[in-house]
Amino acid sequence: MALIKCENVSIGYEGQTVVRDLNFQINPGDYLCIVGENGSGKSTLVKSLLGLKSVEGGRIVFGDGLKQNEIGYLPQQTDVQKDFPASVYEVVLSGRLNSRGLKPFYTAADKQQAYEKMEILGIRDLAKQCFRDLSGGQRQRVLLARALCATKTLLLLDEPVTGLDPIVTAEFYQLISRINRDSGIAVVMVSHDIESAVEYASHILHLQEKVLFFGTAEDYRRSRVGRTFLGGDRND
Amino acid sequence: MIETLIEMLSYPFMVRAFIVGAMVALCSALLGVSLVLKRYSMIGDGLSHVGFGALAAAAALNAAPLAVAIPVVILAAVLLLRISGNSQIKGDAAIALISTSSLAAGVMVISLSTGMNTDVYNYMFGSILAMSGEDVVLSVILSAVVLVLFIFFYQKIFAITFDETFARATGVKAGLYNTLIAVLTAVTIVLGMRMMGALLISSLIIFPALTSMRVCRTFRGVVISAAAVSVVCFAAGITVSYLCAAPAGASVVMANIAVLVIFAVIGALRNLGTRSR
Repeated sequence: MALIKCENVSIGYEGQTVVRDLNFQINPGDYLCIVGENGSGKSTLVKSLLGLKSVEGGRIVFGDGLKQNEIGYLPQQTDVQKDFPASVYEVVLSGRLNSRGLKPFYTAADKQQAYEKMEILGIRDLAKQCFRDLSGGQRQRVLLARALCATKTLLLLDEPVTGLDPIVTAEFYQLISRINRDSGIAVVMVSHDIESAVEYASHILHLQEKVLFFGTAEDYRRSRVGRTFLGGDRND
Repeated sequence: MIETLIEMLSYPFMVRAFIVGAMVALCSALLGVSLVLKRYSMIGDGLSHVGFGALAAAAALNAAPLAVAIPVVILAAVLLLRISGNSQIKGDAAIALISTSSLAAGVMVISLSTGMNTDVYNYMFGSILAMSGEDVVLSVILSAVVLVLFIFFYQKIFAITFDETFARATGVKAGLYNTLIAVLTAVTIVLGMRMMGALLISSLIIFPALTSMRVCRTFRGVVISAAAVSVVCFAAGITVSYLCAAPAGASVVMANIAVLVIFAVIGALRNLGTRSR
């Protein structure tokens, strides 16, 4: 059964429909990249998946035990965070909030989860560091650890490599692949970078007012859309 | 030194001012951390001007000042928060608009009714004599409410302050907590403004948070430090105000400035130290 299934979904932004007739699904363990130009509706789709924005038509169905608030979300970084006084530990731990309900304090199990996720991402020794003192790549790892704290099944990453240098970007992509492979967590990534998307993802969703392509990365490479966007040198 | 303190606290009006001020300082520091970090500092300033207008209207109507001012300022707080979240009108311009409008309305009401007099001066710059027994009771209740809510919702307040989108995505009702913070801020401002003055009360919200951010590196550290700094600065300010017969509000702000400078220097020295290592 699919974790998320979009059936004839239309989404809009400030009264204008950006994408219509959206049909796709995300299965456990998938690695889906959503690509498309600016304004093609990628970010709006992410907000709809998270329930921050209602859809104009169609429906988004959650299955396989996934609740909407159990998506591990990695948002784009905000200005507020640039000088925010918070320790890495505090930030990561806040990912456990969705399992707390109204209970005010974290339990020992929550804290252990936070340390485990920091361990996985290799930031355990940064726990006491201040978030604002970290490099761009370290910050993304912290926010990824927080996202992992919030989910067991699905990560949703919104342009996670924006502003990272090429080496850190490659490391980050490999990290995501490893998490996807080792723990079976499905990954949905919004990206500008079509070449890396095809390299790492199992599935591609290409948006431009409608769905230009949805299918496996392998098929995308061979498709007309894929060949156009990946550049002439890949035409074979 | 101790004798002066005992003498100071032998006046009932000083005791009332001390209790109300310390409570207001504590609440505004806690709320201020979230407001400053979320870039909502100007809301405090806007609300105090709305409060001025409401107090002026209450005086002209011979109504109880708090009974008029508290609901009006709460309404303004909710409104300002909506405007800040709305991309159509830029938040800072809207706040300036509302605060100058209320200030103008307040001045008009006063000059047409009682005329510009010492009352206006007291509203603007605060008076230590303004606190009644009723204010003491209200301020103790308010700070108990703020403290309990702050501790109970601390983790959620952290989450929505640090990253509202993530918090909402994980099911935190951010709008509800934002409104809660705005409402509590409104009540805090109305309680404190007659002592601190409409023009100076927002300093209690902004200074402690900014001061603590110079030195503290965790959110919890900033919160605890802000609360302590705020209460200590208030106590120091009001003592100076008593000794020098200076206005209370201005003295408290001066104490806050002094501590901000000290913390900024400590922060800068520590940064130098870590860099040279």
